[in-house]
Amino acid sequence: MAYLPPNSGLYNRQNEHDNCGIGFVAHVKGERSHGIVEKGLEVLANLRHRGAEGADSNTGDGAGITIQIPREYYMSQGIDLPEEGRFGTGILFLPQVEKEAQYCLDKLKEFAEEKGLELITTREVPVDPNEIGDLAREEQPIIRQVFLKADLSQDILERKLFILRRKLEKHIETSGLKDKERFYVVSLSSKVVIYKGLFTSLQLKNFYKDLNDERTISAIALVHSRYSTNTFPTWDLAQPFRMLCHNGEINSVQGNKYWMHARSSLLKTDMLGDEINEVLPVIQPDKSDSAALDNTLEFLVQSGKTLPHAMAMLIPESWNARNPIPDNVKAFYEYHSTFMEPWDGPAAVLFTDGRFIGGLLDRNGLRPSRYLLTDDDLMIMSSEVGVLEVPDKHVKEKGRLRPGKILMVDTLEGKINYDPEVKQELAMQKPYAKWLKEKEITLDDIPFAKKIPVGVGQDHDRMLLSFGYTLDEIKYIIHPMAQDAKEPVGSMGNDAPLAVASKMPQRLFNYFRQHFAQVTNPAIDSIREEVIMTLTGYIGSHQKNLLNDIPDHARMIKFLNPVITNKYLEILKNLKYKGFFTTTIPILFDAHAGPDGLKQGLEKICRKAEQAVDEGKDYIILSDRGISKDKAPIPSLLAVSAVHHHLIKKQKRIQIDIVIETGEPREVMHFALLFGYGASIINPYMAFAVIDQLVREHKLQMDYYTAEAHYTKAVRKGIFKIMSKMGTSTLRSYRGAQLFEAIGLNRKFVDEYFTGTASAIEGLGLEEIGWEALIPHKKAFSDQRINFNQEFQGTSYYRYDSEDHAWNPETIGYLQHAAWNNDQELYKKFSEASDRFTWAPGFVRGFLDFNRNPIDISKVEPAENIMKRFVTGAMSFGSLSKEAHETLAIAMNRIHGKSNTGEGGEDSRRYKVTSKGENKRSAIKQIASGRFGVTTHYLVNADEIQIKIAQGSKPGEGGQLPGTKVDSVIAKTRNSTPGITLISPPPHHDIYSIEDLAQLIFDLKNVNPEAKINVKLVSEFGVGTVAAGVAKGGADSIAVSGSEGGTGASPLSSILHAGLPMELGLSETQQTLVKNNLRDRVVLYTDGQLKTGRDVITAALLGAEEYGFATGALVTVGCILLRKCNLNTCSVGVCTQDPKLRERFIGKPEHVINYFRFLAEEIRHYLAELGFTKMEDIIGRSDLLFQRKDIDHWKLRNISLADVTHFPPEARENGIRKSVDQKPLPDDLLDRRLIEEAEPALSSQKTVNISHEIQNTNRATGAMLSYKVDKLYGEKGLPDDTINCYFKGSAGQSFGAFLKSGITFKLEGQSNDYLGKGLSGGKIIVKTADDAAFDPSKNIIIGNTTLYGATGGEVYINGLCGERFCVRNSGATAVVEGAGDHCCEYMTGGVAVILGEVGRNMAAGMSGGIAYVYNPNGDLDYFCNMEMVNLEIIEDFEDLITLKKLIQNHHEYTGSHLAGRILDNWEESLKDFIKVIPFEYKRHIEEQKLQELNQKINKYLPEQE
Amino acid sequence: MGDPKGFIKIRRKEAGYRPIYERIRDFSEVEQTLNTEDRKLQASRCMDCGVPFCHWACPVHSKIPDWQDALYRGDWQEASDLLHATNDFPEFTGRVCPAPCEISCTLAINDESVTIRENEAAIVERAFADGLIKPRPPLVRKNKKVAVIGSGPAGLSVAARLNRMGYSVEVFEKDDAIGGLLRYGIPDFKLSKNVIDRRLNILEEEGISFRPGVEAGKDLSAGDLLHSFDAICVAIGAGKPRDLNIPGRDLNGIHFAMDFLSFQNKLVQGNFQNGSPDIKAKNKDVVVIGGGDTGSDCVGTANRQGARSVTQLEILSKPEENKGYNPNWPWPQKNMKTSSSHEEGCKRMWSVASKQFIGSDNQVEEIEIVDVKWEKDENGRMQMKELPSSKRTIKADLVLLAMGFVHPVHEGLLDNLKVEYDQRGNVKGKSGHQTSVDKVFVAGDALTGANLVVTATYSGIQAARNIDRYLDI
Repeated sequence: MAYLPPNSGLYNRQNEHDNCGIGFVAHVKGERSHGIVEKGLEVLANLRHRGAEGADSNTGDGAGITIQIPREYYMSQGIDLPEEGRFGTGILFLPQVEKEAQYCLDKLKEFAEEKGLELITTREVPVDPNEIGDLAREEQPIIRQVFLKADLSQDILERKLFILRRKLEKHIETSGLKDKERFYVVSLSSKVVIYKGLFTSLQLKNFYKDLNDERTISAIALVHSRYSTNTFPTWDLAQPFRMLCHNGEINSVQGNKYWMHARSSLLKTDMLGDEINEVLPVIQPDKSDSAALDNTLEFLVQSGKTLPHAMAMLIPESWNARNPIPDNVKAFYEYHSTFMEPWDGPAAVLFTDGRFIGGLLDRNGLRPSRYLLTDDDLMIMSSEVGVLEVPDKHVKEKGRLRPGKILMVDTLEGKINYDPEVKQELAMQKPYAKWLKEKEITLDDIPFAKKIPVGVGQDHDRMLLSFGYTLDEIKYIIHPMAQDAKEPVGSMGNDAPLAVASKMPQRLFNYFRQHFAQVTNPAIDSIREEVIMTLTGYIGSHQKNLLNDIPDHARMIKFLNPVITNKYLEILKNLKYKGFFTTTIPILFDAHAGPDGLKQGLEKICRKAEQAVDEGKDYIILSDRGISKDKAPIPSLLAVSAVHHHLIKKQKRIQIDIVIETGEPREVMHFALLFGYGASIINPYMAFAVIDQLVREHKLQMDYYTAEAHYTKAVRKGIFKIMSKMGTSTLRSYRGAQLFEAIGLNRKFVDEYFTGTASAIEGLGLEEIGWEALIPHKKAFSDQRINFNQEFQGTSYYRYDSEDHAWNPETIGYLQHAAWNNDQELYKKFSEASDRFTWAPGFVRGFLDFNRNPIDISKVEPAENIMKRFVTGAMSFGSLSKEAHETLAIAMNRIHGKSNTGEGGEDSRRYKVTSKGENKRSAIKQIASGRFGVTTHYLVNADEIQIKIAQGSKPGEGGQLPGTKVDSVIAKTRNSTPGITLISPPPHHDIYSIEDLAQLIFDLKNVNPEAKINVKLVSEFGVGTVAAGVAKGGADSIAVSGSEGGTGASPLSSILHAGLPMELGLSETQQTLVKNNLRDRVVLYTDGQLKTGRDVITAALLGAEEYGFATGALVTVGCILLRKCNLNTCSVGVCTQDPKLRERFIGKPEHVINYFRFLAEEIRHYLAELGFTKMEDIIGRSDLLFQRKDIDHWKLRNISLADVTHFPPEARENGIRKSVDQKPLPDDLLDRRLIEEAEPALSSQKTVNISHEIQNTNRATGAMLSYKVDKLYGEKGLPDDTINCYFKGSAGQSFGAFLKSGITFKLEGQSNDYLGKGLSGGKIIVKTADDAAFDPSKNIIIGNTTLYGATGGEVYINGLCGERFCVRNSGATAVVEGAGDHCCEYMTGGVAVILGEVGRNMAAGMSGGIAYVYNPNGDLDYFCNMEMVNLEIIEDFEDLITLKKLIQNHHEYTGSHLAGRILDNWEESLKDFIKVIPFEYKRHIEEQKLQELNQKINKYLPEQE
Repeated sequence: MGDPKGFIKIRRKEAGYRPIYERIRDFSEVEQTLNTEDRKLQASRCMDCGVPFCHWACPVHSKIPDWQDALYRGDWQEASDLLHATNDFPEFTGRVCPAPCEISCTLAINDESVTIRENEAAIVERAFADGLIKPRPPLVRKNKKVAVIGSGPAGLSVAARLNRMGYSVEVFEKDDAIGGLLRYGIPDFKLSKNVIDRRLNILEEEGISFRPGVEAGKDLSAGDLLHSFDAICVAIGAGKPRDLNIPGRDLNGIHFAMDFLSFQNKLVQGNFQNGSPDIKAKNKDVVVIGGGDTGSDCVGTANRQGARSVTQLEILSKPEENKGYNPNWPWPQKNMKTSSSHEEGCKRMWSVASKQFIGSDNQVEEIEIVDVKWEKDENGRMQMKELPSSKRTIKADLVLLAMGFVHPVHEGLLDNLKVEYDQRGNVKGKSGHQTSVDKVFVAGDALTGANLVVTATYSGIQAARNIDRYLDI
């Protein structure tokens, strides 16, 4: 197996992800030394926990270092080199076959000579293969170093080397070499040399002997350690790349690549001249997203852009009104945004060209990057602090990269360039603001007086039918959007068939599913973090060449809203007078010509679009106005994507923009798809006509314009949400990024019209799509009167004669009566009815049958064994009633299955078995992004802890529990306030990447070493690869949820359009894990509309060991799928908190058990049929599955499930089911020593004092100690300050995580991210050393995401902290001297005191608790997100007391000078404090006070009768 | 959905009936109406269920949640349109349907179901009153003709649908007026005949040609029909009543319920023709044999005619009293049903079998009955056992046999057409409502055996769809 294996089954190499540890060490004054190289390697060694190891535990995922060329050293090796700058060198990975390797070198020589370069020599790089892992060694390429010279200036030489490298790469790519994939130029430069390979971070140094020589000197060292999801040995994907290394993920990379390709025909630069053709394409195929970014950066720099200019173009910061940056910098960004879409996603990028070395962070600051500057001019930047230990007294400055900001060291000039100077310099290069002012026009500002009609006239109903509108769509989707200005919310899962298997006519949109981020990159909260989101776009005269800075680039039409009304479309059609030219292209086809008509129609519009480019039009307007009996509309998505890809192929795409005027799109998903496949602007005229009619019929009680505004607002919000699910924050980078996958469309069709989109299970082609467009059209233009009132799709709400549903009156009725009466016959009826739907086929598994080889059923293992594999769904107490939640727990405990708390905590009284012997404790404790009720006590009482990354019904999104459902009991369980809506953020704020997840797993294993850790993922294309990363991260079990799964409340579009069915994700996961030899160390769990024995058997054969049931279990306790979970009006008491309705709950544990017993018996029956005695033996045996041949439906003829049932050849050697355990926690954990030393406290509550040095590799310190305390002393813990630990140094991540009451941590030094995560009553003090050379109140000493999900305790920080201080804090008290962006985000309780500046977006989503901010500048309102909070001055007596006490504590514990100064001038200082309090919370407190007062008064009143 | 919490706040409220002392004096409809406000509140009790069991249970699959919502909003036009989308005659079903929807309403699990039937009637009445129900003749006529035989709910449905599709439809009815069972089978106090006429006017204006008083197979030969029409739909109902062949059956005073009911209906309509038997209950001891809806109609009619006493016999055992909720939800539970007619005065007996009719002068005077008991046999089937020594007689001057119907009348049209019958004697339907004879279709009770008005209506709708499919090639 060489390098990434080819795609097979559902494994696709495109999906590989990596995240990493990065860092650099530089001497600001450019002094070279071997010490810098050594320090670089030391940084790498201390980042080792951020890298990962494969199945062969010696092979790392990759590590590398970039240094300046050590000329002296090379000369000492006998190489005769000219003076510095006159030669270049590079390391090459070559094919293992000597002959092929030589061929590459020969070609290099040949091309070099063509370019006027002389090959000085080729050197064998001295390496020690014994130092690396077995897999790495097997795959090790031949490694050679070349030296080239030319008598040219260094810049020209550098460019020549670049051109040479590209030429060589392109040549080898297309050569016939067998092992050409191994060929890779690590670097080829006159400035730097890169050493990298497939190592762990410790192996690099020992492998490359060059790095150990004293004469190997450099002023810079850029290092990278890789954590990849795969375990395939790929030497070339190690970083750094030629100019940068990257920690993060480029979410929009697909679109970025297309756009770069599309514009390449226009690229011209004097720097490269004609040789540009030898360089193009800019991006090398089949490499990672980081590599693509590196390619582009390098290209821009070689074409003459400066390094910071190119970086700022590629990863611009957010520059909307909420961002405090100068106007000329905004103009710089706006100018560039007209022709360069952002590379969007979490990214900490470190880069160097040999002279400059610096870093840049993405606009949302989603990766950590900290630096310090020493008194001897060393700059150390890294993902973590503490990677090089420097005592505070030698530190001049401690800082971090801030969101969107850049920092550069100029080793030549010997100075540090901070962001404001760098950006100012960029902004001053050209008069960008002037250009914009002169050339750009804004669509929204153009006056227009003509009245444009909204209605479509008498053909209204016919058009509705032709575009496939239905009554329920208007009622449940369009109406609520126009009414409430937001997307409708639905509940329960999606139990309707896939579009391809549906008997109802489907729009093409329905064959696509949204991508979403899980684990490898975070989703964004588009509501609370709107500060970084934008839909602004530009159409018009696109640049002819982005490499030139010319005013004409600014000749654009700017629009703030890409969904436009008829009026603005009319304006767009008539902008000739402003110098913009367009043409309208009808997207209709001959309705009488059948599907051929569609094909011809598509060809015609593509031709016309191309013609428009040739004629120099600025944008085209695709329009389906004017449908008639003869003219049917081409599916709008197909029209857009066909034109988009046609023009890309012709390299004419960038010259023109696509506007579409269409009657088809109405729900958010439709718009998202049109943008995602290339549209810039959409005019949904039919949706407007519908709204117009709703208003005229008084179904909307508002005027049309309000309704229209509501509707477009709902669409905008929805688009934001879909973009943010993938971590994309600008529509410009989302457009064309194709963040979708298809189900049920055939490969040929997708390749032709949706190039690059993944497609599962094959299916429809152009012909079938044509029929599907024609069927409704024909109906619409029938001769007779048409009746729109009969049109129901029935997708969410069951309607007879519409979409089928797996949960229908029969299945519900039979299952309930079977469970209630313990009636096996009725269960059979249920199972038959349910399988009938599956078999129709309704679900993907309905296409599959299995081979039979019957044995006697008596030989099959008993039902009890099988029931242990059953798990009930993660449904929170809060969404479910107490009765329902406890019934499920009792039932599952009785059958030794598992119930799941869901995201909502659990009443600790349930941890004790009742006097009646009932065990109500949920075996699985879920930990989700909101961290509600996640206390140490909760985690300690788990058999399994499930990290919910995503939920089937709304993957990539946050959630919320409406205030109406938060009663006092729920509020207590969740550590929140009754009546206040609770928000779960879209991402876990401690999981932005795969190595973050590994960290959380580590944290949880520490806080409960007995529990298994499960990670819940949702099925999507690429989930297998994510799962591989999760397995490498140490998880014991992985859940792959189907997108059909249920929900208490999700946006309707998410329930229907995000994620993939269980079967696809599960089989991809199984295949990928087996291929990587990671399968045997994890349990696979799956869920998603599982109901019957057949379902479970199929899931088992596809690889699942445990099976989840949510809706099914709920139905047995009374659920009738009202789909009203979000309204608190469940009439059967299952999903409501209304006490009156809860009385109607009739469920009993026996009902649930009856169901599961029938199910287990049914499974036994199938096992006997299959010929197996044990469930275990069929797990992963996809070779026993085959695709049914008896399905004969015109839409299903071309379906193929070969990829799903694919049985990987590796399965012959590798395990296909769980058989070994993950590695246990190491023995040398600091906590093990703390526990030993705290013995007197643990055994007899005696006070102990413990001291230790600490470093960044000591992670989750305190978690295991807290576990011990909780085990011994329960929820309450120990008395305050019983265990006192003193640390000195740099603490690793999660310092003081889950720290229990009674433990106090005092750290002198600094700490990394996640300090005090889940703090449960403990106390943490971080102080700067007394002799520090810097001012603590201006330097950062702790990392990002502090006190995430803390429920109690105290924290004092004598310095600044990073982003997201006190995020989701619900009870801890904290003092800090200054904070970054998103301070107090989602806070629901506790107190935060910030004695200095805060960053953008403070208090976003803050629904409880109080923050006091010292704000002498009086500008807090600018930095505060005012959606939910009030700003007040401090006047209340209670506030005064609290605040003063906390500052006094801070002063006392940390010796803070700042606190001292404030206290010294208390009266004066007080005026500068501002209290931030959520208004809902305030009202609640006041009500509570009033209540208490009333109670007091009542006590003194005579009792009434 | 009108109000998500409607079902919590609002109790079920039925319009109820006119007072007994008043209503038994006439043949006008017994049911009252609620005021509009109350009616909307009743509609607000609908929860707009994710799985609307009512809509599933309803034989025409009426879009109940959707029109409840429209009703709540007071949008009569939309509500009426939605009703008509699945049912051409909601004014009939709104009056006479036993409402399987209400049995399956999710509120019936632990509460009282929504007043679905009454809401339906309210909508359609308001729509008529406001002139919202207008003729919708086809835009284009096809050059094809369809004959519909029988003008009950099935026949009318077929005719209405096909006509709107553009076919030329002629409806043949053997009786002197259009309406079939609706007109002569259901008493006026449940379904006033001007309600039928109101609808027929619309259908006529839409272009259907009605031919009452023409008995197909007799006045118009099967051959002629086949010759003159492109398709024929037989919707003649299941007209053959089940008889009770016990000693004394040939005595006078023993009649089939339908004869009794249609006689009265004709009287009310004033088009009584000479030659029909004069079956009157005045001052008689009336015994109705059969406990179903037809029996109940006989009870009501007999009381209105001034019967001395009315007794209703049912061979099955007495069902359970209504518990207020349905333990067998979503399927029906056989509960005690007390109709408005029962309330008007009637002795009901269960678990009794009639052994013989006894009389003198050829006139029935008594019936000998015996108590029976139902027990499961070894196969789990219910078996009837007579209880010894429980034989007795009851007085009976007029005996009405209301024991249901066996199958359609074979003699005449059906035999002439030579259609095949199924085992039960119903017309054998192949797929798509086709009979064994080309061009001949069947709908309603003639196909399914005696059933509800709403079932017949649905059968008609489906048949129309299939006939269209057949003709539109």
